[in-house]
Amino acid sequence: MKINGRDVKIEESVPLTDILMKEGFESDRIAVELNGKIVSRGRYSDTLISDEDSIEIVRMVGGG
Amino acid sequence: MISIILNGKKIETVAEYTSELCDNDRQTVIVNGFGIKEDTLLKNGDIVHIFEKDHIPTAEERKILMSARDSPELCDKIRTSMVGIAGLGGLGSNIAEMLVRIGIGKLVIADMDIVDATNLNRQNYFAEDIGLPKTIASEKILKMIDPSIEIESHHCRLTPENIASIFKNCDIVCEALDAPEEKAMFINTILEKCPGMTIISGSGMAGYDNPNLIRTEKRFNDLYICGDGVSEARQGMGLMSPRVSICAGHMANTVVRKLLGLDI
Repeated sequence: MKINGRDVKIEESVPLTDILMKEGFESDRIAVELNGKIVSRGRYSDTLISDEDSIEIVRMVGGG
Repeated sequence: MISIILNGKKIETVAEYTSELCDNDRQTVIVNGFGIKEDTLLKNGDIVHIFEKDHIPTAEERKILMSARDSPELCDKIRTSMVGIAGLGGLGSNIAEMLVRIGIGKLVIADMDIVDATNLNRQNYFAEDIGLPKTIASEKILKMIDPSIEIESHHCRLTPENIASIFKNCDIVCEALDAPEEKAMFINTILEKCPGMTIISGSGMAGYDNPNLIRTEKRFNDLYICGDGVSEARQGMGLMSPRVSICAGHMANTVVRKLLGLDI
């Protein structure tokens, strides 16, 4: 699968929350697109990611 | 005898030079969209605008003046657009000012804060505004620039429950909030509840690092992020006018480009 254009190998489907935790993202500071579609914030734990998927993650930095 | 368009009306004139039509000391002359400082030879078909220097223009006059400075098509598009701004701090108050200066038709602004003394290092307010809600102070200041600007203001905290109803009619919405959790909440809510709406967000503009690190990137289908992506406001790295204004400029310019159907 791809995370922000970077190839990442996974052996089996895993919940999006596991990937976010492994990659060091805090789930309340990000927005996630899976294969071009926004993932609702309440669905991170029951969204399964497989090896063909492409994930885009935007992390917000404080200040404005 | 030549034929010119003077202040929107076609006229025949024997005048050969702009000085024969106006007094350069008291009046501003714009020929074919460009301000003229020296006496200039007139040509058939020239579009000429003459304004009194000491006169505050009416809404109609301002429209002509803006069209004379930029192209009429660009002005029409900007004037008939509605832009939302979530948060009126360093980013939002400056984006609002820029958009009003270029003639935006309507703004929908939302903020829950009042102006305090620490805001004046970067936000578009004045000492006399301290204690006022930022929505009220912004309306006052923006109407000083353009008395005809239409503003819908919401003095409230933005939540997943009210965001869609406040901004649903906007062509574009700018995320200009402060806390990263609030910024992410806002983006997620717009992307989920207002499909197809362009959202322009600020992320990473604190401190005084290299200004050229601040950039605009398209992320997702409808999301544009302006900033350096890393400079978080924290102890020892505060938000300061220069970099915050640069980021606000990126955001306002992205608004213009998207309104004109352009990408970054």
